[in-house]
Amino acid sequence: MTRKLWLALPLVVFALFVGAALWRLADPPSTTVESRLVGKPVPPFALKPALATKPGFGAADLASGQPRLLNLFASWCVPCIAEAPVLAELKARGVGIDGIAIRDTAPDIAKFLGERGDGYARIGADPNGQAQIALGASGVPESFIVDGRGIIRYHHIGAIMPQDLPEVMAEWEKVG
Amino acid sequence: MKRAMVLSLSLLVASPLLADSNQPPSPYAYKQLEDSRQEARAKALMQELRCLVCQGQSIADSDAELAGDMRSLVRERIKAGESPDQIRDWLIERYGSWVSYAPVFGPETLFLYAAPLLLLLAGGLLAARRLKRSR
Repeated sequence: MTRKLWLALPLVVFALFVGAALWRLADPPSTTVESRLVGKPVPPFALKPALATKPGFGAADLASGQPRLLNLFASWCVPCIAEAPVLAELKARGVGIDGIAIRDTAPDIAKFLGERGDGYARIGADPNGQAQIALGASGVPESFIVDGRGIIRYHHIGAIMPQDLPEVMAEWEKVG
Repeated sequence: MKRAMVLSLSLLVASPLLADSNQPPSPYAYKQLEDSRQEARAKALMQELRCLVCQGQSIADSDAELAGDMRSLVRERIKAGESPDQIRDWLIERYGSWVSYAPVFGPETLFLYAAPLLLLLAGGLLAARRLKRSR
């Protein structure tokens, strides 16, 4: 009897393998890369102003006692177009937003903000994506909520859409 | 029919929706380091780092803009005297151990590293029993 069971073992292992493969094919793991810096201080960076009309900022400016929403965006980024009105809405609700313009130019940013709306208090330029990497972000748009002590509390990957507003506002009020 | 033909042909040559900026690449994205020994170390590290955009490729293979920015970061830091392991750890701090193709030793990978030893042990025991019996 035990011998028969042993003989069935390869078949059992194979069935388990097929099961595992089918499970992962039907429910693929998430491909978004969550920043591991949530709960940690904002890494050091200092960004020059992206526009002549707004100041730039650095990591130290984010630990000002007040929470900030840090938004990585670009004028060449299509989902950012959909996100711009939502950011304006967040601003209207009292959320202070600082932008990091990834690989962008002042004229393009000015045009983008003019057409799509502008919720930013400050915009720093990240011409080579180095602040993006330092933050553990891998695309645009991505947003972080930073508390008054400069600790990252929340990471949102992709555009903040109207349906995300309750979640983002809840996270914002948690740190406020 | 002809319109469908033209449409499908034009779709064929259309460039995908641009997910990249029109800005020049980072300084060391496509440029090797002046010191060939440093470049060799940078290259070896770049082959072990995962591109976060096209996630099956290393940053050495990928043409994504972020991969270029990461190559430049690796080369600039090697040039500044950092060791490859320092740079790898810095990136793991941000993106998790998933960013490195060389698995680090830890609770998650314990089984991975222990498996060969365990299998060797099990095989050895099996073989020992067989040999004993046949004698």
